[in-house]
Amino acid sequence: MNVQERKELQITAEKVRQHIIEGVFNAKSGHPGGSLSSAEIFTYLYFKEMNIDPGDPENPGRDRFVLSKGHCAPGWYGALAERGYFDPSEMKTLRHIGAMLQGHPNMQDTPGVDMSTGSLGQGISAAVGMAIAGKMDRAPYRVYTLLGDGEIEEGQVWEAAMAAGHRSLDNLCVIVDFNGLQIDGPIAEVAGPEPIDKKFEAFGFEVMTIDGNDFDEIEKAMDAAKACKGKPFAIIAKTVKGKGVSFMENQAGWHGKAPNAEEYEKAMQELRERLEVLENG
Amino acid sequence: MAEMVKKATRESFGEAVTALAEQDPNIVVLDADLAEATKTGIFKKKFPERFIDCGIAEANMVGIAAGLATCGKTPFAASFAMFSAGRAYEQVRNSVGYPHLNVKIVGSHAGISVGEDGATHQCCEDIALMRTIPGMTVLNPADHYEMIEAVKAAAELKGPVYLRLGRLAVESCTQDAAEPFQLGKGRTLRDGNDITIVATGLMVREALLAAESLQAAGIDARVIDIHTIKPLDTELILKAAKETGRIVTVEEHSVIGGLGEAVCACLSEELPTPVTRIGVNDVFGHSGPAVDLLKQFGLSAENIEATVKRVCKK
Repeated sequence: MNVQERKELQITAEKVRQHIIEGVFNAKSGHPGGSLSSAEIFTYLYFKEMNIDPGDPENPGRDRFVLSKGHCAPGWYGALAERGYFDPSEMKTLRHIGAMLQGHPNMQDTPGVDMSTGSLGQGISAAVGMAIAGKMDRAPYRVYTLLGDGEIEEGQVWEAAMAAGHRSLDNLCVIVDFNGLQIDGPIAEVAGPEPIDKKFEAFGFEVMTIDGNDFDEIEKAMDAAKACKGKPFAIIAKTVKGKGVSFMENQAGWHGKAPNAEEYEKAMQELRERLEVLENG
Repeated sequence: MAEMVKKATRESFGEAVTALAEQDPNIVVLDADLAEATKTGIFKKKFPERFIDCGIAEANMVGIAAGLATCGKTPFAASFAMFSAGRAYEQVRNSVGYPHLNVKIVGSHAGISVGEDGATHQCCEDIALMRTIPGMTVLNPADHYEMIEAVKAAAELKGPVYLRLGRLAVESCTQDAAEPFQLGKGRTLRDGNDITIVATGLMVREALLAAESLQAAGIDARVIDIHTIKPLDTELILKAAKETGRIVTVEEHSVIGGLGEAVCACLSEELPTPVTRIGVNDVFGHSGPAVDLLKQFGLSAENIEATVKRVCKK
């Protein structure tokens, strides 16, 4: 990608981060940590990678995205809003009674949401089902799913991975947000799901490990995934949990907690400053 | 008038879904390494490219079915009831029920008539579990003919359905039904004015046999066949309660959460009526020949007859 393109993606990712903080603050609850770590991934998928049309979100030929780690909905909603699936003002009603934006994604409520998720481990199975449907229909669409590194402790993830490898689903791209933290602490201390790359390899995936907060690396991995034939592809995206808000970075405590008014101001100030530098630099 | 057919409803299901798939290219079938037992093998033979064996991974099977449904397919996902409705309950709730996807969950070898396999495989909770999911239609056909109709109705309905199948061959009993099969409507298979036996699935034929013996003893029992447990035909139940005053329910399922409690809930709110529930009485099953187990657990014409006599004496 060229300099201008990279900069535009970076600007969008910062806007997505503002939506995350805005949404979670106004909801007084939600999951900022894993939403922030995935901001570049959401942005790349919706602004560069996927064949989608916000004006025609049900088009049967579209690429699909399943947020298997459904609690990171604020990040996804932020990207969908920026991409034009709905008005960004909806972000302020996140998790409110009657809101379109549920705490975890609901396909019945929100345009652009291809599958309801939230109970960990289940989204990847639905993504496998979509990929199988694509193969059955000889349709060219691709299916993307984003998992948390803690989420892969769910056994169902490996049932799904086995099915994807066994069926050579090369239209499926699994992305693991490897930020190293889950609610109770570092994943290595809580349940030890590592090595993640070797596990997916063993289940028949082509695997690439990247810096998941770096657009050039994301592009490299996404291009490799599209070029990969006969195997599903797994991108192990090393990220920083809470990325972009200094006091949230690498803190398990910010997995599922809303900032108070003071913290909100501080976070927004940081994000605004960085956006300004990007826009004027 | 159709002839009597003695066949397990799982076999009727396998045939019916295969026949239906001839006309409907969207129908796909999933199984979890039990295709021979659930009779999805019949479909697999005819449509191998539309059959997905998920291996021994029921949770994943339900998720795959959900994904297929979002892409316009009509998936029938089958395993033993213990696993499709039991083990994968949360997947059925969250990945199928909540988004109201067009997935048909098929639970074969339901109840204690699995027989020799014993308690781990004898699912007497599936109806209770599936009933609690908002928007889920729950079907428990009595015989070959009803299963064919139920499979058609399930495929036509755009939304989640639970379809219960039995292992045992059962003599058909609905071929002479006056009313056609209609989703959400019970059928009065025998009229009577002294008491009503409300039965579902494998117990419908037992109820009819019991009613015949009761006739000889001077008790005129009505028999209602409830193939759709949810939504329940409350109108028919209320009418029976009003006209006969007493109800006995029979199901090859726990007395907790199944047909009996559904009938009780309806009557207690609308028209309090004494109800006696016949079912599995909050115990696990055990190994043994299916027919002997059914007798031992009181899921037989003899026990229905004895129960009705007792209730009528009160």
